Amino acid sequence: MNMIRKAWWKWVAFLLLFYTSIYGFIVKVPKLDDRLEHSIRNMFFHVPMWFAMMILLFVSVWYAAKYLRTTSPIDDFYSKAFAATGTLYGFLGLSTGAIWANYQWGSPWSGDPKQNGAAIAMLIYLAYFVLRGSMTDEDKRSRIASVYNIFAFFMLFPTLWILPRLTESLHPGGQGSEGNPGINGKDMDANMRSVFYPAVIGWTLLGVWVSTLKIRYELLKAK
Amino acid sequence: MKKYLKSFLLVLFALGCFVTTQAQDVAANANIDVMRSNGKIYVVMAVVATIVTGLFLYVYSIDKKISKLENK
Repeated sequence: MNMIRKAWWKWVAFLLLFYTSIYGFIVKVPKLDDRLEHSIRNMFFHVPMWFAMMILLFVSVWYAAKYLRTTSPIDDFYSKAFAATGTLYGFLGLSTGAIWANYQWGSPWSGDPKQNGAAIAMLIYLAYFVLRGSMTDEDKRSRIASVYNIFAFFMLFPTLWILPRLTESLHPGGQGSEGNPGINGKDMDANMRSVFYPAVIGWTLLGVWVSTLKIRYELLKAK
Repeated sequence: MKKYLKSFLLVLFALGCFVTTQAQDVAANANIDVMRSNGKIYVVMAVVATIVTGLFLYVYSIDKKISKLENK
């Protein structure tokens, strides 16, 4: 509880992201093919959005389950705030992906299975907020939202992780090598990893920070 | 509050120094202005660094405002 008011991890978030935004442009990147060139550096900005989103949404579902056990409104504040920040990251991932895809795959949206899956996952999370907004009774709202949150989180697995792997995809990890002109996780060398992982931690911590601000605001409002 | 601001500016300054020395190394090797080298990619780097810094300053200010309300 007090952790959310501590300053040190917010500094860590800033330093990691400042490091990412500087060193991400300087670090030597492997030359995979002529098409990717420097846009491989998007691995430091586009991909961490999805990593951070998964972590934030996991925290959200964690508190949703906790709410169902405790029925304490504070747990619902946590669940809602982390769902909101996670969804924001998802949309940032979609839009940055569209920019990258425009120059890599020829169009911002090519109906790639992972693109479609991510869009569906985001719509499922938007429905979470619609559902919340449709109810005025606080206990009922929190309870139904928590149950739906659990459904929404587990829908991330087929939409983002399983279905895109069962078919050919422009994204790395699809079936066969034909449909994958981009990069694999294996294509990241040690240099790139030294930026990629700090970026993931930094973006996640920033997301946690923003979420805690929303939680603190809700707590103040509830007083 | 002032104490925090001071340490924040100090860290920012130190980071700035680090970046400048790094940039100078690159410039010495390439013998051209670093900001104009490599397809002006470092201009983008400066933009991204500014956005990240600005974003954090904004979130920091919201954090401060909420803390003030909480202490009331």
